[in-house]
Amino acid sequence: MTIDRRDFLRLTAVGAGAAALPMLVPFGESRAAGRADTLLVVVGSTVNSMDIHRAGTNRPSYAIAVNLYDRLVGFGTKTLSDGTEMYDYQTLQPEIAESWELAPDGNSVTFKLREGATFWDGKPITAADVKWSFDRAVSVGGFPSTQMRAGSLEKPEQFTAVDDLTFRIDFLRPSKLTMPDLAVPVPIIFNSKVAMANATKEDPWATEYLHRNPAGSGAFMLERWDPGQQVVYKRFDNWKSGPLPGVQRVIMREIPSASTRRALLERGDADVSLDLPPKDFAELQASGKYTVAAAPIENSMIAIGLDTTYGPFKDKRVRQAVAYAIPYRQIFEQAAFKRGIPMWGGKSFDPATIEWPQPFPYDTDYGKASALLAEAGYADGFEVPFAFNLGFAQWSEPMALLVQEGLARVGIRTQVEKVPGANWRTQVLIEKKWPMHIKNFGGWLNYPDYYSYWVYQDGRLFNSMNYRNETVETVTDEALHMPVDHPEYEARIKTLISTFFDEVPLIPVYQPYLDVAMQKNVTGYKYYFHRQLDTRAFNKAAS
Amino acid sequence: MANRSTLALIGGRVLQAIPSIAGVIIVTFVLTRALPGDPAVYFAGPAADAASIEQVRQALGLDRTLPEQFLIYLGDLARGDLGQSISTGRPVVEELLRRMPASMELTLLALLFSLSVSLPLGILAATRPNSWIDHLCRVIVTAGVSLPVFFTGLFLVYIFYFILGIAPSPLGRIDIFYLDPPKITGFFTIDALLDGDLDTFGAALSQLVLPAITLGLFTLAPLARMTRGAMLAVLSSDYIRTARASGLSRSTVLYTYALRNAMLPILTTLGMVFSFMLGSNVLVEKVFAWPGIGSFAIEALIVSDYAAVQGFVLAMAFLYVALNLIIDILYTMVDPRIGLEG
Repeated sequence: MTIDRRDFLRLTAVGAGAAALPMLVPFGESRAAGRADTLLVVVGSTVNSMDIHRAGTNRPSYAIAVNLYDRLVGFGTKTLSDGTEMYDYQTLQPEIAESWELAPDGNSVTFKLREGATFWDGKPITAADVKWSFDRAVSVGGFPSTQMRAGSLEKPEQFTAVDDLTFRIDFLRPSKLTMPDLAVPVPIIFNSKVAMANATKEDPWATEYLHRNPAGSGAFMLERWDPGQQVVYKRFDNWKSGPLPGVQRVIMREIPSASTRRALLERGDADVSLDLPPKDFAELQASGKYTVAAAPIENSMIAIGLDTTYGPFKDKRVRQAVAYAIPYRQIFEQAAFKRGIPMWGGKSFDPATIEWPQPFPYDTDYGKASALLAEAGYADGFEVPFAFNLGFAQWSEPMALLVQEGLARVGIRTQVEKVPGANWRTQVLIEKKWPMHIKNFGGWLNYPDYYSYWVYQDGRLFNSMNYRNETVETVTDEALHMPVDHPEYEARIKTLISTFFDEVPLIPVYQPYLDVAMQKNVTGYKYYFHRQLDTRAFNKAAS
Repeated sequence: MANRSTLALIGGRVLQAIPSIAGVIIVTFVLTRALPGDPAVYFAGPAADAASIEQVRQALGLDRTLPEQFLIYLGDLARGDLGQSISTGRPVVEELLRRMPASMELTLLALLFSLSVSLPLGILAATRPNSWIDHLCRVIVTAGVSLPVFFTGLFLVYIFYFILGIAPSPLGRIDIFYLDPPKITGFFTIDALLDGDLDTFGAALSQLVLPAITLGLFTLAPLARMTRGAMLAVLSSDYIRTARASGLSRSTVLYTYALRNAMLPILTTLGMVFSFMLGSNVLVEKVFAWPGIGSFAIEALIVSDYAAVQGFVLAMAFLYVALNLIIDILYTMVDPRIGLEG
């Protein structure tokens, strides 16, 4: 060290002067070049893996599986009355598979792959790649294998590469869930040669490699991934599995603050803004300057769960009393800002249709609630802890407070508890220890029996109500794999729904919207059950 | 300045740091395990069943006993391996190295801004106690410290970006249509200058201005108040009176004699403020989408990502030790009366 203290003091003075310097530099003008064919999406969540099959891959990362990979088949498109486009659960359309055929005996399905379709590296897509990818999905365990099992896809022996372009799936049991399960984000097709070249003995499915380096055939390739900052897709110009995307690059930039995301959209810097609070979407839509696409999230409800093994809630009448003491309209207007479809005020305890979800036959009626409570021996009310997920505080917290107010009017005293997001799963879904809580489960495959399977059947992960009803147990099992056009299907579903109405272990409040705000010149948005942005169909007109 | 005594000082300090680092390692290990929440459940995903949760638990090594886990952790540490962050799936070392420069760059600039405002302000206030400038100083620092950081941040974004449109979009370290400068130090501004790319330098710097001011405002108070207090004490001392009586010029008295003697408490405060800012500017990072270590640590904590939390705390502990060392050395430069043995 040769700096003496005089030098040091002098340096300090210079440093202080230099500090003022940045304030004098004018702000740089942002470059306009390249904006026209680039879509800038600002998101509030972070992508943590390129591989949907990896343990620990979070929900926002499913967007990678959607945009960078192909499946055998995808879902078609339908248009809602307000013009919002959404995926069509009823129709499957080709992706890598050009056509497919069910065996006459109904025990297998055979896919014909697209000729001339290649991976990004130019290698043709073969049935061997499909087989390897499906084997991987059912073998790695964790979430992908669970999702495959939902479609009765459980063992590698079910999958056969007949020849280079023919791939067959043998069914374990005929199920209506199998075909749609092929179009969810999980059964993506990997470039198996690239993957195998990077596999090791300990890691035969190349999870380490594919976690960082996608290897697929999708409409977009990965241009760069800066974890915690952005993911950039670049168009794959030789994509054969659908019409070429309208934009050349997509930048998914992570902006943690919702206010900043909104400001970016309003200033015209961002093309698409995701994950805003309901209030912001309501205001953006009211302004008329932006396209706000709102699609109800299918097979999903914001609801209040009651633990049916908890003291007072053992009695059906008490659960019904709670259902009559919820200030539904207030919650819908003040917590949800009407970003959803009401799930209260149904006409009858006998469901007229098998539509799901549908409004439950309850409405705010404190008189009725008090009467039911008195009948059940709780005229003086009782105390109960009431939990919500802090991760969704934007709408859960006002909702919880309104529920608390409503229940207080019939003498039920609730202590509202905020459970941090990471603990929510453990406490609510695994330990199932909250007698009363706010739920927002949504099923990927859009059937009431599928919802019942996850939420109402005893012992299921999302049955945080510890609910058990013998009718529900047997009827759900019977209906689950039954085709929808089966003559007995409707009757079974009606039995299920009327049981849910009567027993109310779960009190639905509304079916939430998935909102996305866009500039007017951006088109091609489509709602998907996985709630991620499918940018393959996006277009951006010159503004 | 004697080299040997400097080395002895550094050596002594490093030795003293060993017990505290060891303590930090043990405490963070125990604390992260004591956190409520089960990472295996969390990372098994939304539709996991008991079997897949167990698979994840095994994959994460969480099925072993705590002492076993601790030994494995120590072994990894000895090899410089901080483990794998489960939420990002990358080595923690890599994450910290990528994010630390972003935090450092922001914090240093914020500190520079804060110093350039608070030192003159404090000196002015001290030389004219109870004048309007003293009151102004008081008002500014009170406002700076009492306005929540996210509010100041959002307010600045609202005025300079949303209304006036002169600030660049708050999209993180660099506008999307610029490429990152080649990585040398990890500081975008410095790297761009080293690369000779003034355009990118300007872009990186303009992204820094608002978050740095936001962060700097918050730290004005301790620095300005400390400067004022220290200067007041020094200015009323005998040797200043003597200096004045001897007819030394006002600036010589003020800067050569008074300020130098007042520097010590300011330096101490500076060190504390710096380490505090580095880890705690999460809110600024959120508002400006700044990819710093603060938000990384918070995210890791929320999902019980043990390795990441431990790595972060350890890195901060090392940084703190290093910082204290630097401050100690600076003391001896500012004031030779302070013994190196101290």
